[in-house]
Amino acid sequence: MSEWLIEAEDLTKVYLMGEIEVHALRGVSLRIAPGEVISIMGPSGSGKSTLMNIIGCLDRPTNGTYHLKGQLIYDLSDDQLAEIRNRMVGFVFQTFNLLGRQTALTNVELPMRYAGVTNGRRKRAIEALKAVGLGDRIRHRPNELSGGEQQRVAIARSLVNNPAIILADEPTGNLDSKSGEEVMNILLGLNEKHGTTLVFVTHDPEIAVHTQRVIMLKDGREVG
Amino acid sequence: MELWQNILEALDSLMSNKVRSGLTVLGIVIGVGSVIAMLAIGTGAQNTITGSISDIGTNLLFVMRGSVSEELRNPKPLTLGDAQAIEDPFAAPSVVGVAPMIQGTVEVGYAGESSFTQGIGVTVDYQSVRNVDLLEGEFISDVHMLGRSAVAILGPDVAEALFGRVEGVVGETFRIEGQPFRVIGVKSPEGGSGFQNPDDQVLIPMTTAQTRLLRRSRDAVDVILVQALSAESVTSANEEIAAVLRARHRTPIGEDDFTILTQEDFLETARSITNVLTIFLGGIAGISLLVGGIGIMNIMLVSVTERTREIGLRKAVGARKRDIMLQFLTESALLSMIGGLIGIALGWGLSQMVGAIAAASDADLYPAIGLDAVLLATLFSTAVGLFFGLYPAKRAADLEPVEALRYE
Repeated sequence: MSEWLIEAEDLTKVYLMGEIEVHALRGVSLRIAPGEVISIMGPSGSGKSTLMNIIGCLDRPTNGTYHLKGQLIYDLSDDQLAEIRNRMVGFVFQTFNLLGRQTALTNVELPMRYAGVTNGRRKRAIEALKAVGLGDRIRHRPNELSGGEQQRVAIARSLVNNPAIILADEPTGNLDSKSGEEVMNILLGLNEKHGTTLVFVTHDPEIAVHTQRVIMLKDGREVG
Repeated sequence: MELWQNILEALDSLMSNKVRSGLTVLGIVIGVGSVIAMLAIGTGAQNTITGSISDIGTNLLFVMRGSVSEELRNPKPLTLGDAQAIEDPFAAPSVVGVAPMIQGTVEVGYAGESSFTQGIGVTVDYQSVRNVDLLEGEFISDVHMLGRSAVAILGPDVAEALFGRVEGVVGETFRIEGQPFRVIGVKSPEGGSGFQNPDDQVLIPMTTAQTRLLRRSRDAVDVILVQALSAESVTSANEEIAAVLRARHRTPIGEDDFTILTQEDFLETARSITNVLTIFLGGIAGISLLVGGIGIMNIMLVSVTERTREIGLRKAVGARKRDIMLQFLTESALLSMIGGLIGIALGWGLSQMVGAIAAASDADLYPAIGLDAVLLATLFSTAVGLFFGLYPAKRAADLEPVEALRYE
């Protein structure tokens, strides 16, 4: 058992776009220790989203090995990947991706429902919302919340199953600078308080400043 | 995922698109409604027909001349002598009553107005064999038979047509085929319609009919009604009558030149005809249910496409294939179940309407919705929703999370 949370060796990813093979990743290796805060940067098309998808078990690499918390992520069924995402990974998206007809509370409860948590589900969801400073907004629907508040709901949702890692894809990309800063502070606060590992995918240097380590990608390869 | 949470979420999602959900449900509503209405009407028709057959009397056998299955040369007619022979308790112990009849269309007239009705020549025993109830007056007696009296029992429809009333007509004189007859009784209405309507008949003494109205050669009769002792003895009565008639007609070997039908035979035939009718009507209605199901499939496919990102998000936070399947199946099943319930109400309304129209036009049709039809419709419509929801749900469950999340 290694001490690394994430251990990826020589990851490659090839898509087929019609007849053409697209090499999104051309051999990326990566190690992330528990509690680290890192950012993956690079221009668009550099493969950073693909890398994040593989780290988050949303996608499988074409080649290479990937261990998440010592477990080899290889040859798993869709449902097994879903369970790993459910228990180990939290996602924060640029566009929040909240369920529009549901309240903040039920949005945050969603991962716990898929995990089969019934006891204390509501309580845990409320606590998660309080942790992101939305204790007074639990009955609101996304369209009644500001962008920053919506992203905070998304953060509450990502952390409610106590994941080993939170992956944030341009978390401040759709926010004004003030609420962007709030969101960053909340995420970094989680890392300080609970030691949650954070991986930011971004091309915003402002975010990269806050992280301990930056991985630069270009054309599917790590550079710099 | 708990089922209840799923149902609430599905309801929420259906309610967020009320017009669309309503229109989609409409197909199922119409399908289930018409299936229910058709089954109700079919059952009602069956009840009416079997009811009117049962009303004729109990444990009856009908003896007729000739054969329904064989081409016979010179079948001997049935005669009063045959009827008397069947009545012999030593030859036919299972028989309790025998009522020979001759029948024909006759013209009846009163006060210058005339119309046609069915005239039946009967004997005294007809009343007990055929279960005749009288509104007023009395039935034909032996005295009338012996005297070949010009008396008649009117069916209520005939009384209404002749006198404009069904009571207080005893003692009136009217004409049958131009000859004066005195009314001695009026039958209670039995219901029924069309051909062989028991309310549209005139009963007269057999002897009178033979000599004055419906002439027959050599005491011939058209039908002999026979009442058996009990339901169990109908079969033995059948055999006894056959034996008597074979001996009298001198056909102990070879084909019988008469036909004996039991009430059960008629019921059987009527049931099989109305069953075919019901299945036919129900089948046509079932097609519209199928069309409704295709409508559901269509809308669910649209809904899956619209909610691709939502599906991607759900998968990202840990939904397995079966969770997504269940979510969409719950929606389509709920949609069609709601449609089914509204359809049952619609079907009920439709069949009440048909019943009202039938009542207004004096037809005896009482549509009956059985619990089995309701259960069947609910189950079937839900099954339709599940079946037609399966493909869209599978499409949703099989979406790749990465692509679903990226979907615009």
